[in-house]
Amino acid sequence: MQLIATFAVRLLRLALVMVCVAAVSFGLMMLSPIDPIDAYLGPQMAQVSPEQRDLIAERWGFNEPPVVQFGHWLGQLIQGDLGVSHVYNQPVSEVIGQRFKRSIVLLGSAWLLTTLVGFALGVVAGAREGSLLDSIISTYAYLTASTPAFWLAMLLLLLFSVYLGWTPVCCAGPTGTLSQDVGLATRLHHLILPVMTLALVGIATITLHTRTRMIALMNSNIATHAFAQGASRWDIAWRHGIRHASLPALTLSLASLGELFGGSVLVEQVFAYPGLGEATVAAGLRSDVPLLLGIALFTALFVSVGNLLADTLYALIDPRMQKVTP
Amino acid sequence: MSRAQPRRDALWMGAAIAVLLVALLSSRWWLGDTPGQMHFDARLAAPSLDHWLGTDALGRDLWARTLAGLSLSIGVGSLAALIGTFIALGMALLAMLGPRFDALVALVIDTLLSVPHLILLLLIAFALGGGTQAVIIAVAVTHWPRLARLLRAELLQLRHAPYIAMSRALGKSQCFVMVYHYLPQVLPQCVVGALLLFPHAILHEAALTFLGVGLDPSQPAIGLLLADAMRYLSSGVWWLGLFPGLGLLLVVLSLERLASHWRHAL
Repeated sequence: MQLIATFAVRLLRLALVMVCVAAVSFGLMMLSPIDPIDAYLGPQMAQVSPEQRDLIAERWGFNEPPVVQFGHWLGQLIQGDLGVSHVYNQPVSEVIGQRFKRSIVLLGSAWLLTTLVGFALGVVAGAREGSLLDSIISTYAYLTASTPAFWLAMLLLLLFSVYLGWTPVCCAGPTGTLSQDVGLATRLHHLILPVMTLALVGIATITLHTRTRMIALMNSNIATHAFAQGASRWDIAWRHGIRHASLPALTLSLASLGELFGGSVLVEQVFAYPGLGEATVAAGLRSDVPLLLGIALFTALFVSVGNLLADTLYALIDPRMQKVTP
Repeated sequence: MSRAQPRRDALWMGAAIAVLLVALLSSRWWLGDTPGQMHFDARLAAPSLDHWLGTDALGRDLWARTLAGLSLSIGVGSLAALIGTFIALGMALLAMLGPRFDALVALVIDTLLSVPHLILLLLIAFALGGGTQAVIIAVAVTHWPRLARLLRAELLQLRHAPYIAMSRALGKSQCFVMVYHYLPQVLPQCVVGALLLFPHAILHEAALTFLGVGLDPSQPAIGLLLADAMRYLSSGVWWLGLFPGLGLLLVVLSLERLASHWRHAL
C-alpha cells in the first residue's frame, strides 16, 4: 500500500515536471530569432507577398499572444496532436515513431552492453584494489570518461570501415535499398560500430561506481569475517559483492539514459544512422519547431520514466527497503 | 608528511595544468594568423617536419588550427563553467530562503535534468540563434543543476547548526547569515564544482559545434575541425580526424584529473 502511494506521488511529480518541460521548451522556441514563417517557406520566401504572410500568420495563430499560443499547443498535445514536421512533411508523432523504432535497437543494445560489461569490469577491478587488472580497468575508465563520443566514433569508423573494411561506412542499410528489404544480418552489421562506440564510452561511469562499492565491501566487516572463515577473494566477490553492488549499478544505468541518448545523437550523426538523434539535429539545423518540441517532450518522458524506474526498483527488489519505510 | 602530501601534489598539479592552459589560451595571440594561412602547394599533406600534424584541404596547418581550437575551447569552457557555478550557488542560496523557494528550485532542477543534456543544449542554442554567446549560455544553463543539488544538500545540513541558530537569535539578518555563514562553508565545494564543470563544458561545446549549431563556422573550433575531417574520412585522411580530438582529450583529461585531486585534497 505504502509502495503504491509513493509511486502515485512520483507519477504526479513526473506529470508536473513534464508540464514544466513543455512550458520551458515552448518558451525557448518563442525566444528564437528565426521567423517560423520564413522557416516554413524556405527558398520560396521571396515569392510571398506581405498579405499572404499575414494570412499564414493568422491561420497558424502567430499574431496571438504567446500564452494563448501555448494554450492551443498544449490543448492539441493532450489530444495527441504534435503538429506537422516541415522537414519530413509528416506528422511529428509519425516521424518520432519511425525514428525511435530504429534508435531503440541501437539504444537498447548499447544500454545492455554498457550495463553488463561495465558492472563486470567494476566487480573485477574493485575485488582486488591496486592489482594490475584494477589499474588497467581504472585507467581505461578514466580515459573514456573524458573521450568525446563523436571523436571515438570517427576513429572507429576510420579504422574498421575505411582501413580494414570490416564494417559498412554509414547508414542503417545499404544505400538504394528500401528499409523493409534489409535483412536482419545486414541490419546488425550496420549496428556494430554505433553500438560499440556508445558502449565503449558509456562503460566508464558504471565501472567506476561499481568499483568504489566493491572496494568498500572488501574493506568491510562482512569481508573480514568471510576471509576468516576461509573464503577466497573471488568467493566474496561472487557471493556478497554482486548482491551488494548490482542494484546501485542498475539504478545508475537507468538514471543515465539521458546521457546515453545524448551520445546516440552524436553517434547517429557520425554514422549517418537514420534514428531519432539524426532527426533531432536535422530539426535543429533547419528550424523545424514542431519536431524539436516533440522530440524534447518525448526524450524528457523517456528519461523521466527511466529515473522513475530507478527510484522504484530499489523499493521493489530490495526487501530491506520495504521494511525500513515507515 | 602523509597529511600534507596530497595537498602539495594537488598544488603542483594545479600549477602545471594552469601553465598548460594559459599557454594554450594565449596561443591565439602568439600564433597570429597562421591558423588561417593557406598553403596551396601542400593541400591535405600528411604530417611532416614542415607541418607537424599535416594540413587540411585548403593547405592550412593543422597544428596551428588545433592550438587555436583548444584556445577557443578553453575560453568558452571556462566562461561557461564560471557562469554555471554562479547560477548553482545563487540557486542553492535561494533554496535556503524558505520551503516555497526550496520547492521551486527543486522543480527547476528536476525539469532541467529530465531533458537529455544534448537536446536541451540544442534547444537553447537554437533559441539564441547560435554563435559563441549562445553556446556559453547554453552550456552554463544546462550544467548548473547537479552542482546546485550538491550545494543545497550541503547547506541543508548547516541550517540547523547551533552557531547559525545563535547568529539568528542575536538578530543577524538573513543576508548576514548567507554571506558570512553559508557562503564560506560552500566556497571550497564551489571551486571543485567549477573545476568539475570545466571539462564537461568543453566536451559539450565541442559536441554542439560538431553538430553545426555551436560556434561561428569562421573560427577554427575543435568541433568544426572534426566536422570538417568527417568529409575526408572515407578517403583515408586520418590526421585531420585524429589530432584535434587527441588535443581535446588531453585537455579534458588533465582538467578531470586535477578536479578529482583537488576534491580529495580539500
